[in-house]
Amino acid sequence: MADTPLQAAPQEARAPEVPSVVEVLQDLAKTSVLQVQNYSKLSFHSITNLASGPRYIQDTLDQMDDIGVGSLPIVLLSGFFIGAVMVLQTGTQFERFGQASLTGDIVSLALVRELGPSITGLLVAGRCSSGIASELGSMQVTEQVDAMRAMGTDPSRKLVTPRVLASLITLPLLTTISVFVGLIGGMVASVLSLRINATTFWERAIKILEFSDIMQGFSKTVVFAFILATVGCYQGLNVRGGTQGVGRATTQAVVVSSVLIIVSDTFLTKIALYLADKFF
Amino acid sequence: MEPYPSGLTSTLTDTTQPAIEFKNVRLGFSEGEILRGVTFSAQDRETVILLGETGTGKTLLLKLASGLLRPDSGSIQVLGKDISGMTESELLEIRRQIGFVFQEGALFDSLTVGENVAYRLHEDGVAEEEIEPRVKEVLRFVELAHTVDSLPSDLSGGMRRRVSIARALIGRPPIVLYDSPTGGLDPITSQTIISLILRLRDVYGVTALLATHRLQDGFALANFHFDPQSKKVRRDSSPEAARVAPTRFLVLRAGKIYFEGTPDELMKSPDPYLQRFLI
Repeated sequence: MADTPLQAAPQEARAPEVPSVVEVLQDLAKTSVLQVQNYSKLSFHSITNLASGPRYIQDTLDQMDDIGVGSLPIVLLSGFFIGAVMVLQTGTQFERFGQASLTGDIVSLALVRELGPSITGLLVAGRCSSGIASELGSMQVTEQVDAMRAMGTDPSRKLVTPRVLASLITLPLLTTISVFVGLIGGMVASVLSLRINATTFWERAIKILEFSDIMQGFSKTVVFAFILATVGCYQGLNVRGGTQGVGRATTQAVVVSSVLIIVSDTFLTKIALYLADKFF
Repeated sequence: MEPYPSGLTSTLTDTTQPAIEFKNVRLGFSEGEILRGVTFSAQDRETVILLGETGTGKTLLLKLASGLLRPDSGSIQVLGKDISGMTESELLEIRRQIGFVFQEGALFDSLTVGENVAYRLHEDGVAEEEIEPRVKEVLRFVELAHTVDSLPSDLSGGMRRRVSIARALIGRPPIVLYDSPTGGLDPITSQTIISLILRLRDVYGVTALLATHRLQDGFALANFHFDPQSKKVRRDSSPEAARVAPTRFLVLRAGKIYFEGTPDELMKSPDPYLQRFLI
């Protein structure tokens, strides 16, 4: 009979087998498919949870405060200067052709269709997706998520759905504010740099916009909000490896959500342009 | 034996049926199989001490018993229901019948002690006017009524474990699972925690699984009892005390139950591996 701790665990004494390249690739493929499957399940449940109780309204409001109000300063600041820099970059080109008054048109279209949603999405992803991942990751490594499950609470209802819902509500609002402040920034730059009348700038900026432009921008913000919240939650709830793992998950959340936002932006733009051409 | 203050005791209708029953449970991870066919049961109001070296799967058994993990094969019955094939939503209901004291407490660090303890009641939609007295009552039970507004980070390790016990107790569960409740604590604090577990067992009659690598915890639970009359913990190794609040040891080794028996049988075992625990 074995009487030492080492003998007590014979499976640990075996020499480790070196896997072949094929086995490594197979494992990698399986792991990737599993991750996509788990992410899809979590994303699906984050929405279907809304259909039945319990609903965590206070948690959703807290998250709206954190994601929405908390992100407001960076969105305002970046929105203003993006609008201004757009005017400086495009205005000088238009001036060469004597069409400086077109600056309002182009800045407005660019902000509403593209820059507003994508820049706001990326900024909020940088701030909130990482925050969500680190918060949930810390809860995961300190067994707080297990404690929640042990007390009969579904973590996807308590932790994921409020964050996803809060993002879906606040990101379109933040984007709207960002676009508005961007137009103000553009107006200030065009008045000071291009000597364009402020009223002319606003009139052209508003007139050029069509319903399809606003819908294009709005649909993007909804998708980006969903991506940044679900990626943050997924990375946080799947942390392995203690505090180092939390750090990795935080970085991964920002990288993955940013890349997904940029990639999805391309496809959404194509779909939106197609639909605008067909229906509007 | 007193019921919980609300009058709720075990929900097990047939008391001859085990409160927890593992049948040939196997569980493995990428590193290999950890549990290799574990079979045991815990009767109603019995305390089962899971003893074993670090990494033998004690915590896994507790997580399996509460449905936090699923076995690869075998069946697990809790309060007469097979939980091994249950969905997550069905398991949430079962878990409300089980109190879980995690190794490091696992308290919600952004909530106060009072909010941590009241968490389950808020989830159950209990009226606010009922929550406060119940929270105070369980915090008094663990002798931490004065910490109700403190954050977990303000407490010592031992105090956090006691709050964790209070949190497990608030739902008045018939089963409590303790994961190394005295791990990393000094002897005096460990004694306080064990006294608390004794009181919980002898006052409320809960069924318990207690994972530990400290043999003295198991013997303390077997040989000491809480007297509700004098409100003191007394040494009592009589057969009558053992019958009312039975304590049994399970020793885990290499993924299997290596030994199962009473404290007396463990003490008298000539097995060299078991003797190592007795030194």
